Amino acid sequence: MPRRRLIYVPFWATYVFLYTPIVVLVVMSFNSGKSPYVFQGVSLKWYGELAADATVRQGLVNTLIVAAGTTVLSTVLGTLLAVGMARHTRSRLLDALGLLPAVLPDLVLAIGLLVFYSTVRMTLGLHSVILAHTVFGMAFVAAVVRTRLTHADTSLEEASRDLGASPLTTFTRITLPTLAPGIAAGALLAFTLSIDEFVIAFFTAAPTEPTLPIVIYSMVRFGVTPEINALATILLAVSFTVVIVAQRMTRLTESLS
Amino acid sequence: MSAVSDAPAVPRTLVGIEGVSRRFGAVTALDEVSLDIRQGEFFALLGPSGCGKTTLLRILAGFESPDAGAVTLDGADLLALPAHRRPVNLMFQSYALFPHMSVARNIAYGLEREKLPRAEVRTRVAEVLATVGLTEQAARRPHQLSGGQRQRVALARAIVKRPRLLLLDEPLSALDKKVRAEMQLELKRLQHEVGITFVVVTHDQEEAMSLADRIAVMQDGRVQQVDAPVRLYERPATPFVAGFIGANNLFEGTVAGDGLSVAGLGTLPARGGFAAGAPALLGVRPESVRLGENGILTGVVADVSFYGGVSHIAVRVPGHDRPILVAAQGPSQVRAGAEVGLGWSPDDAVLIAR
Repeated sequence: MPRRRLIYVPFWATYVFLYTPIVVLVVMSFNSGKSPYVFQGVSLKWYGELAADATVRQGLVNTLIVAAGTTVLSTVLGTLLAVGMARHTRSRLLDALGLLPAVLPDLVLAIGLLVFYSTVRMTLGLHSVILAHTVFGMAFVAAVVRTRLTHADTSLEEASRDLGASPLTTFTRITLPTLAPGIAAGALLAFTLSIDEFVIAFFTAAPTEPTLPIVIYSMVRFGVTPEINALATILLAVSFTVVIVAQRMTRLTESLS
Repeated sequence: MSAVSDAPAVPRTLVGIEGVSRRFGAVTALDEVSLDIRQGEFFALLGPSGCGKTTLLRILAGFESPDAGAVTLDGADLLALPAHRRPVNLMFQSYALFPHMSVARNIAYGLEREKLPRAEVRTRVAEVLATVGLTEQAARRPHQLSGGQRQRVALARAIVKRPRLLLLDEPLSALDKKVRAEMQLELKRLQHEVGITFVVVTHDQEEAMSLADRIAVMQDGRVQQVDAPVRLYERPATPFVAGFIGANNLFEGTVAGDGLSVAGLGTLPARGGFAAGAPALLGVRPESVRLGENGILTGVVADVSFYGGVSHIAVRVPGHDRPILVAAQGPSQVRAGAEVGLGWSPDDAVLIAR
């Protein structure tokens, strides 16, 4: 018996290793003291300070604008890319190239995009971050939608055409609703990836318009404060909610079809 | 003289298929297929899987194009029209019901594409729901229906468009035996009621025989024979048809004056207009073979099985590699091991060129 229990030690140790930092961070965000390492009492003080910090607020607004723009662009382009790959080409090379930005190292994309922007003399700003995030967001959406398309029954689309629907009507009335769970999951994925993306944003954002991760980075350079713990906790809550909603939605729509 | 409406109907060709070929890489799915499908008939394309019947169906529906050949509907080129503009509807083997729409919405989908007024769509959907007996299920989603009900929805969705031609891909294959028999009758009733030309694709010869007015038997991309079910059964034109349609006793030999000369068995009686000496196949149905004291052949009973209405008796004949099947009415009098004579009337045996 004791031997069997021993087997679980590495298992639990892994979880402890994974989640201790996160738990400490969340607990410390409610610390009333100024030290990020010694817990002195429960308080929401740092959340208040966070709300009052204009830089953080601006960073949050910028990030939300970028994430929203990225989500819309990635979802539309990624879905069309997936449909194109699944229905209109048999080239495995095109398939691989379409999905590549999802696995390319961020640094490669970041440097590449920066060089590209300066070559075409584009001014940096939120728009340049949106475009940059769309490059990989689109690939993620395409990957998710693509998977759903390959499992989808092509006879539904044929039935629609057979009943007199033009290719466009078939796409909007039959293909899109069948893909809806995949598209929703892809959109939420693009949103969460964009919200905390640092490397690419750091390279492609204008210094005057930093996104939230960049703001946090510049704050951390002067030491970790409980304010940052509070900010991280909020981000964590947002990510969790989005992931859970995405899973629920996928399951709900799947059970319907 | 003016045309009289009830004059003996000269079968009018609705669909003309001429020299249609289709290749997929090295595989020839259709090889110069020519067929005439007549107005108002129930036509079946019958053959084993891979014989090209489904490819032909998809060409009629507009999901495939032939490499060569022509297809006309009412004399007009059908191939020039894209799938969504053809007055042809297909009932898919998988039914392909739209999972995100109710039964009524599924059926209305095709009518809405025709831009019909809403009131008309509603009445026609209600009518067809009544015809297939699904009025109470109108608001349900496809996944809430039984297999038989789904099939009715698929059928309703196709016939509500009042197509010139309705194609059915293995319509009964997804149903269990009891529902199958019911739907078989239902299909025939509907076809009479709506007066639409039906083309059904099936690999099940019983299904084809019981449903269709005429059957085209296909093999390896070629049409073997087109005939009414009874003719097909009684007068198979090729060795493949003789073996594929129903049980048959087949003998290989050469045509002699009054039958077929078979090595080791002598001359077996049959009628047929073949020149003596030509290689041929003789087919005689189990129900045409008589058991008796003496006959054309003699053999030993190998097995007797009783099926209620009929008995099937297998008789081993020395010199013939396969047992001869005999179907007799009621319980059989013979026992396994008995020596029996086998005979048939020359009129019941058919000669087939090989």
